[in-house]
Amino acid sequence: MADGTGVLIVGDTTDGQLGSTTGELIAAGQIIAADLDENLSVALLGDTLDDAEQQAIAHGAQKVFAVTHPLLAEYQVDLHLSALETLCKETNPRVILIARTNEGRELAPRLAFRLGVGLAQDCLEVSVDSSEKKLLANRPVYGGNAIAVVRCDQTPQIAAIRPKAYEPTETDSSRQGEVVSFPVDLDASMALTQIVETVIEEAEGVKLEDAQIVISGGRGLGGPEPFAHLEELAKIMGGTVGASRAAVDSGWVPSNYQVGLTGKTITPDLYIMVAISGASQHMAGCSGAKVIVAINKDAEANIFKEARYGVVGDWETVLPALTAAVRELTQA
Amino acid sequence: MFHKAFVDSFPAIKWPIYIRRIMAVKIGVLAKQVIDPEMPMAAFRIDDSSKKVVPPPNIPPVVNGFDENAVEAALLIKDAQEASVTVISTGTEFALDVMKKPLSMGADELVLLQDEAFDNTIDSFMTAQLLAAAVRKLDGFDLIICGRQASDWDNAQVPLGVAEILGMSCISLGKRVNVTDGKVRVERIIADGYEIVEAPLPALVTVSNELGQPRYPTLRGIMAATRKKPTIWSAAELGLDSSQSQSRITLQDLFVPVSDQDCEIIEGEDPADSARLLAMKLREDKII
Repeated sequence: MADGTGVLIVGDTTDGQLGSTTGELIAAGQIIAADLDENLSVALLGDTLDDAEQQAIAHGAQKVFAVTHPLLAEYQVDLHLSALETLCKETNPRVILIARTNEGRELAPRLAFRLGVGLAQDCLEVSVDSSEKKLLANRPVYGGNAIAVVRCDQTPQIAAIRPKAYEPTETDSSRQGEVVSFPVDLDASMALTQIVETVIEEAEGVKLEDAQIVISGGRGLGGPEPFAHLEELAKIMGGTVGASRAAVDSGWVPSNYQVGLTGKTITPDLYIMVAISGASQHMAGCSGAKVIVAINKDAEANIFKEARYGVVGDWETVLPALTAAVRELTQA
Repeated sequence: MFHKAFVDSFPAIKWPIYIRRIMAVKIGVLAKQVIDPEMPMAAFRIDDSSKKVVPPPNIPPVVNGFDENAVEAALLIKDAQEASVTVISTGTEFALDVMKKPLSMGADELVLLQDEAFDNTIDSFMTAQLLAAAVRKLDGFDLIICGRQASDWDNAQVPLGVAEILGMSCISLGKRVNVTDGKVRVERIIADGYEIVEAPLPALVTVSNELGQPRYPTLRGIMAATRKKPTIWSAAELGLDSSQSQSRITLQDLFVPVSDQDCEIIEGEDPADSARLLAMKLREDKII
């Protein structure tokens, strides 16, 4: 394929409204588009798009491709993939950015393979080498122990961006942009997989990804019971409880509590980590937290290299005292 | 011809072994040998000239954790019905006793794609082509199970690429995998729970740690694995000419990030007092 032009962002929509990662991708894409002196477009896929098109323009999209078909109403990977493949082949962008969300985790690699190019996976930062117009990406590897800088050698150059790696652009409803209708041909038989049932295991309170205060427990808690103490403190602070992979693997809490590389990415104002050693795989999910507090009885634990405040001590002593103090201070 | 559904509909009949073999689900598992991710951080070192992580001395490599989950998923199917499990891996050098672990857990065959040319693991495209070639040479599988990602490059691309190259239906992030009536049924992890997804065979499924602890090798399994010889194929035996494939992703740099965080250890008279001081600190900073 001859070198394309422009930056294409794969947006996300839920019920016709723009998803939160699209603004983040636009923020990343604007820098690249400016360096390349090329346009920034956003692709939105769905049955009908309602407000999402204008929302994308308000976020800074110069052009919106409204990729519509009744079969795109619900997310189904094969159908979404086929629609994206058609759009990319016809519009021939130079750079494609996708959010590494649950959907992006499968869409981005499979789209790259279909287009016969490489993918820079799970990137924290992307830029463009302006002389060669090649995409450069910083991405954590070895569970976050190292950062790799990779270059996409072929066009279209695709990067999957870690959610919350970029601050979303501010919206401005006076921004102008073009909406291009892009209907696609799809057939129900293209869907090779079928969702038979969806089981929601909703956690109580604020969603982990949206919470401003998160308190997570790890292996050092030794069992499921101590999580009740974490819940208590979270309730007083208006926060939500999370967990390390070790606690999830031990079956102490459901898997949707997991923060980390293969769990959720969180960016709360305050993140309190109780009895978590702070392995890089966990930090990969919380490095965007504004203030990290570590409570651990091992003074040598890695977490004391990453945290802003630390208390060395057994959670059984520290947690009740902290809970009492917070209750007193916030309810005074 | 005996169809599987026909055979399955008479579970009480003790079908002869040759019929059960024909009916067996042929499962492939893709597994990678990696540097032990549990090694102490102090042992993590990068060679700046080659831009590679130096394998730590005295710490043997391991089978990638998620790939052990994949082996477990395959063996759970084999526990329930007639099935064969072939483990396939690619690399430049293997620690045989490490890579035989899936055999000692209960897998039937081990196929190692070993060649100096298989050095590039940052470019998932090449690795997927290599594994797809091996799958073709093995006449394909009904079901391929893979770990969701490898703990070294965390690329999470190769399995999806193999499915794309071979045109198989693909379900990612499974925590339970069953095969019935020519279909695979997977409990797939989503943000707030899971969904049950079905696909016709042949299919490729990636699994995550939520699948549960992989089984430990039994003594009998270890003995059986010692006697088994892996099949080893080079690039030439796979009919691949690696000089022809273009690079798609190039590694420009590899470094250990430095944390500039200064942790303030709060020390009161005792840990409970420290906790109280911490609460006051957070209040002072207007965080709570």
